[in-house]
Amino acid sequence: MNTVLVIVALATVATAAAAMSRPSLLNCVLLLTVSWTGIAAFYLWAGAEFAAFAQVLIYVGAISMALMFAVLLTRRTRSDFPPARASGSRAAYAILAGAAVAAVLLAAVARSSVAAAPAPGPASTVRQLGVQLMGPHAAALLVVGVLLTVALIGAVVLAAGAGPARPEGTR
Amino acid sequence: MSPAATPDESLLERAPVLARDWLTGFLPGPARWLAGSLLAVVAVLLVFATLFALLTLAERKILGRVQNRPGPNRVGWFGLLQPVADGIKMLIKEDLVPRAANPVLHLLAPVVLLAAAIMTFAVIPYGRHLVPVELDAALLYFFAAGSATELAVFMAGWASHNKYSLLAAMRALAQLISYELPLLLSTVPVVLAAGTLSTTGIVAAQSGWKWNLVPHWLVFTPCGAAGFAIFMVSALAESNRSPFDLPEAESELIAGHLTEYSGFKYALFFMAEYFGMCAASAMAVTLFLGGWHAPLPALEAIPSYVWFSAKLLALLLGFIWVRATMPRLRIDQLTRLAWKFMVPLALVNVGTAAFWSLTFPWTGPLQLLRWAVAIALAAGPFFLLGRGLTSGLGPRTYRYA
Repeated sequence: MNTVLVIVALATVATAAAAMSRPSLLNCVLLLTVSWTGIAAFYLWAGAEFAAFAQVLIYVGAISMALMFAVLLTRRTRSDFPPARASGSRAAYAILAGAAVAAVLLAAVARSSVAAAPAPGPASTVRQLGVQLMGPHAAALLVVGVLLTVALIGAVVLAAGAGPARPEGTR
Repeated sequence: MSPAATPDESLLERAPVLARDWLTGFLPGPARWLAGSLLAVVAVLLVFATLFALLTLAERKILGRVQNRPGPNRVGWFGLLQPVADGIKMLIKEDLVPRAANPVLHLLAPVVLLAAAIMTFAVIPYGRHLVPVELDAALLYFFAAGSATELAVFMAGWASHNKYSLLAAMRALAQLISYELPLLLSTVPVVLAAGTLSTTGIVAAQSGWKWNLVPHWLVFTPCGAAGFAIFMVSALAESNRSPFDLPEAESELIAGHLTEYSGFKYALFFMAEYFGMCAASAMAVTLFLGGWHAPLPALEAIPSYVWFSAKLLALLLGFIWVRATMPRLRIDQLTRLAWKFMVPLALVNVGTAAFWSLTFPWTGPLQLLRWAVAIALAAGPFFLLGRGLTSGLGPRTYRYA
């Protein structure tokens, strides 16, 4: 069972690392999609099938599409791809920032106590999940819903605010 | 795996389970389970590959009849061997990859597309004992597995390094994003009514008859009927079928994302389209048409998988009929239909479903009120939104010179 986890983890990390190093943006998106699928596989391994399917549906199905759409629509000339190589100082800053995040994460992991033998997780069904979300966590669900609705309305306002496009030279 | 058969069912009903037990009976426990699963995979693949071959022929024959021509009739009796000839042709054709194409993605695209289409077959209950995989979140799995198709179409279009293919990829993205939403929303009433995401649970919730005559299928409720209509239109768009076949519009984009594909890779795309169509129809049967349940109590003697196949074939013929009848939409009409019509309609339908399940205990004259309100909630927005969609496009006047 643990070999499966190691393979999944390696694939996830490797594709994420490859995505960061590719010059072509679209290649990055496709590699990131593989990485997200790896995270879904991890959820599946951990027995959270609902979270796994939701992860695939949302990340592979929707977010990757949104990313690709953004890349394709904002690309103006062929020279936009691939961008110029980063300078040395920029790389140094990037490594510094990355190291800081890694240090914080490692400190958190090191301080938390991990039980030697993990207890068997509760077998959660979709029904239990729904009852939990609609019962004790209803407020959080509503807040998230309101947040997303506000974001959606904001997007509509931004998109509609430009008004009808006029041809050049007319008033 | 499918549950064990009870001896009081007819022999034909139990036949698949008995055949599986006979084939895998001599194996020890875990190997038996594995062999049973593999057997299910092989059976599903064989059945749907055969159906694919016959469907291509049926489609060409029916399109031919509709267009007043005979269709393929040279190979074998009435053209029955045409799919075999097509298959051989596809296999021995040269596989061309453009020099500027991304070879890895060019190869991966049809594979991912077909794999995603095949994976969706896993959770469909084909009969009383014929469920390849029983999952608690089967409906979510179905849509998650199907979501990779968009990615594959995009990969095909982008990796080909061809302007027509790239345009097709953009169109496919816009189309699939637009129709994913109504497709998902149209299944919410089913989940509300059945109270589960498992496909077997949804089919079980549709068992039984009212007055021994009208089956408890969801399509016979107002929200179910509206959901079924929205689901079918969205499924048509999701499977890139006419009138929503904009990504491969022959007349404007040559063949869209298929332009640079030949030989067996092209055949894989073709296969994936038909598999997607079959999976969407099978899901529609499961969600709205009572799955494998017989329409009348007296007809229950006929095995469940026969009923499922009959409903599936009826829906597939409907798909072909639509293709023969409807002209292709324009891309702006397509997205407008999705966002201004289908999505609001699907959202209202969720409300209708909530009303329908909340008023379940109503009896007597209140029952009539329940039906009236639900029908008004389902049909009213349809007409209002439909009027808004076509306003200003009113009857066209023709002036002759």
